[in-house]
Amino acid sequence: MSATLNASTLLAVPLAPLVGSALAGILGTQFGGNWIGRRLSHSLTILGVLVAFILSAMTLKDVIGGARFNETLYTWMVVGGLKMEIGFMVDGLTAMMMCVVTFVSLMVHLYTIGYMEEDEGYNRFFAYISLFTFSMLMLVMSNNMLQLFFGWEAVGLVSYLLIGFWFNKPTAIFANMKAFLVNRVGDFGFILGIGLIAAYTGTLNYTEVFAKADELGTLAFPGMDWQLITVICICLFIGAMGKSAQFPLHVWLPDSMEGPTPISALIHAATMVTAGIFMVARMSPLYELSDTALNFILVIGSITALFMGFLGIIQNDIKRVVAYSTLSQLGYMTVALGVSAYSVAVFHLMTHAFFKALLFLGAGSVIMGMHHNQDIRWMGGVRKYMPITWITSLLGSLALIGTPFFSGFYSKDSIIEAVHLSQLPAAGFANFAVLAGVFVTAFYSFRMYFLVFHGKERFDQNPDAHHDDHGHGHDEHHEPHESPWVVTVPLLLLAIPSVVIGYMTISPMLYGEFFKDAIFIDADRHGIMKTLGEAFHGPVAMALHAVSTAPFWLALAGVVVAWYMYLVNPKVPAFFARVLRPLIVILENKYFMDWINENILACGARLLGTGLWKGGDRALIDGLVVNGSWKVVGWVSSVVRWFQSGYLYHYALVMILGILVLMTYFVWMAK
Amino acid sequence: MSITLGHYLSIGALLFALAVVGIFLNRKNLIVLLMAIELMLLAVNINFVAFSRYLGDMHGQVFVFFILTVAAAESAIGLAILVLLFRNKNSIDVQDLNSLKG
Amino acid sequence: MDVQTGFFYLFSAVLLFAAFRVVTARNPVHAVLYLMLAFTQASGLWFLLHAEFLAITLVLVYLGAVMVLFLFVVMMLDINVDSLRAGFWKHFPLAATLGAVVAFEMAAVLMSGFRLAQVTPMADGAAAQMSNTQALGVLLYTEYLMPIQIAAAILLVAMVAAIALTLRERKDSKAINPAIQVRVKARDRLELVKVAVTQPAPAPAAPEAAAEEKKQ
Repeated sequence: MSATLNASTLLAVPLAPLVGSALAGILGTQFGGNWIGRRLSHSLTILGVLVAFILSAMTLKDVIGGARFNETLYTWMVVGGLKMEIGFMVDGLTAMMMCVVTFVSLMVHLYTIGYMEEDEGYNRFFAYISLFTFSMLMLVMSNNMLQLFFGWEAVGLVSYLLIGFWFNKPTAIFANMKAFLVNRVGDFGFILGIGLIAAYTGTLNYTEVFAKADELGTLAFPGMDWQLITVICICLFIGAMGKSAQFPLHVWLPDSMEGPTPISALIHAATMVTAGIFMVARMSPLYELSDTALNFILVIGSITALFMGFLGIIQNDIKRVVAYSTLSQLGYMTVALGVSAYSVAVFHLMTHAFFKALLFLGAGSVIMGMHHNQDIRWMGGVRKYMPITWITSLLGSLALIGTPFFSGFYSKDSIIEAVHLSQLPAAGFANFAVLAGVFVTAFYSFRMYFLVFHGKERFDQNPDAHHDDHGHGHDEHHEPHESPWVVTVPLLLLAIPSVVIGYMTISPMLYGEFFKDAIFIDADRHGIMKTLGEAFHGPVAMALHAVSTAPFWLALAGVVVAWYMYLVNPKVPAFFARVLRPLIVILENKYFMDWINENILACGARLLGTGLWKGGDRALIDGLVVNGSWKVVGWVSSVVRWFQSGYLYHYALVMILGILVLMTYFVWMAK
Repeated sequence: MSITLGHYLSIGALLFALAVVGIFLNRKNLIVLLMAIELMLLAVNINFVAFSRYLGDMHGQVFVFFILTVAAAESAIGLAILVLLFRNKNSIDVQDLNSLKG
Repeated sequence: MDVQTGFFYLFSAVLLFAAFRVVTARNPVHAVLYLMLAFTQASGLWFLLHAEFLAITLVLVYLGAVMVLFLFVVMMLDINVDSLRAGFWKHFPLAATLGAVVAFEMAAVLMSGFRLAQVTPMADGAAAQMSNTQALGVLLYTEYLMPIQIAAAILLVAMVAAIALTLRERKDSKAINPAIQVRVKARDRLELVKVAVTQPAPAPAAPEAAAEEKKQ
């Protein structure tokens, strides 16, 4: 099993999109003089990502055959004893992430040709999404924490650039600043964690850190009676909370829907938000040593899974429904991490990437078809006009709710069973949360599905309808039409893995050798995977067995209730809205998290800053120290100036007084 | 009682003190300032001569010689400056000489 | 009390009184005259101390030259006498205190340290036989030769300084500052201009202009 992968191949994987991004971004924009046009820039970037995908697929094949890679390619600097390097570690986890990232990125690149066709910043957009691909690949392929952090920050940066892509829209600018700042809060914790690791192990390289993991497990955090490893793990997880939008750092994700839909699919569904999950899975040797940290992760994940789902129920913007769905599913992945089922979490990450990207791109296709109307209240019956979009969205939704045989079923049900078996203190609440979440997920998914694709057509009722100048002609003004092939082909290509990949990969990934040397589980304390493995009899058996488990019936109930409330009897939602008014208000205000952030935390920080500026900087430093020093000098000199009277007799007097003093001293004191 | 060295020295001391008072009191007349300086020098000279006599050392009187020389030179230049001052300011009021006020 | 002691007290009393009047006289001429009196008494005191040469020198140099100089200056300057005394008594208490402190301190030092009553005779016998003048001369011409030359230089410098300070130039003097004269260069005084030997005659513009004027 000692075959190694080719370093140049691996190097080409992140660099190909980078080259594409640089060419499109520099030569294709005003920065470089608008040398290359749209066709050339999208071709270059797609070529880059295609090369990356093909090489990633080849690498995956090699990895399945047993090849591994863990080498440093370049030493940037050595500070003290700490080495800062660029290197790659490619094992099962990395290879899987590489394939997911490049595949989804390729789909999004293709989709963007159709979606951003009328946008002025076409070339810039392609440059950004290729740059994102590069950053995410550097993140997942790294073999040390520094490069991980580089990738981490880079994806955050590109996310900021893309959310604020339409930089003339004030809401977009607000959203991108919010995303960046909330991410920063997470990154603060992350850097503390990295710092602690570097301080106590003297290295940033994964292999070396994991080798010292047992040693670290015995140390206590200085000054407190906490375990050092717990503090490290929680700090690292705070970074994951920021990046993967867990409660309470989730507030940026719904706002990030201000960006164009392709990036919602790429970044905020499939790849960037999964960086946190990936990181925790990567650091599994560390997390296995701290039950407290795992419990903390479990609690946060469960809260996110359930409560974000509730928020999805009342959303009217098609993208926001999918956004809250993403938040809820990220909560599920986090819950899986909390119960030490790292491989299950990563498995769900993979399946979720496919069907969530599919749902986002499908929503984007609907938006395009509805002439940029995003409100699901004014849609309905779209299935007649956009059949491909309809079918693929249906497949995606079925995958999301956990229909047996679809990929989402295998990953979600594995999570639910794993939580069921867990012994951690918070497992009870987590169990309730994930089960209730199944109902909620089914409900909001199919609410959206029925309101958009079925029912009466409500396009004409939109009060905000704007008369757009697409030049389609007046008679086709209010009727949607199917999107071009550049949009529907990615939908089809994403639908395929949404359906089949779970069935195909559950055995090797969860109960096989795929993650053997990538993910470490302390089998004695956390024996869940072993128990699950014993109960697993193959994907077909698991699907057939599902009929006798609770999640299946909960999901079915959710679909039925949604069908009833939105297709059969549309007055029921209005009834509930009246009766449960206070609850609806809380949900509409997103549990007042935004209000707290803006009016208490942000306002408080601004007040603190202003106070320190006025009190500390202006009054104290400028007034007292800087101005005070010259004022003191002035005052002293005004006193000393008394002696410079200009009068001769004063000077003579001073001289005589001096003589008297000296005389007194020498005569009486210096005996 | 016989005159001791102390008597002479006290005379010198009193003379010196009077001259100091004169410097301090005189705010209106620069000439009296110069005269008070002369009185101080005289007091010092008396001291020197008395010491020379009572200690039997001629060196004290030689020093008086030199002091006289220097005092003469200094009063000449002082008066020259005074004359120049009077030409420019038309007064010898010491309180007018405050151009060097800081 | 013998004559010497009496003379001592007489001279001292007059000396101190004269000194007091120097600083408190209203009229500056009076002040100068009192100063001359003070010097005279001091001279007398020096006679009592067997320093005849210096006593006479005091009279000759100080009274004869320096005080006369003071008188000249006082009488030359057109001083407003009345304005001189304003504000005099305001500062008197402080001045008196100061003077008292100075006097007290010096007296304390002197009285505690110097109670010599006896006149120590001169160290070497030769000096004891000479007169004061001769003894002084011996020292000056042997040990203090160099300081004498320096003193002479000081007097020269003083003289030059006094003249330089107060010299006013005659307004109708035609004397030139030699330093300026030496620094003059030829081109400050003389300029060579090339002029053509012959010049063409000017164009007859005047009759034409006159003709034009007539036409108009």
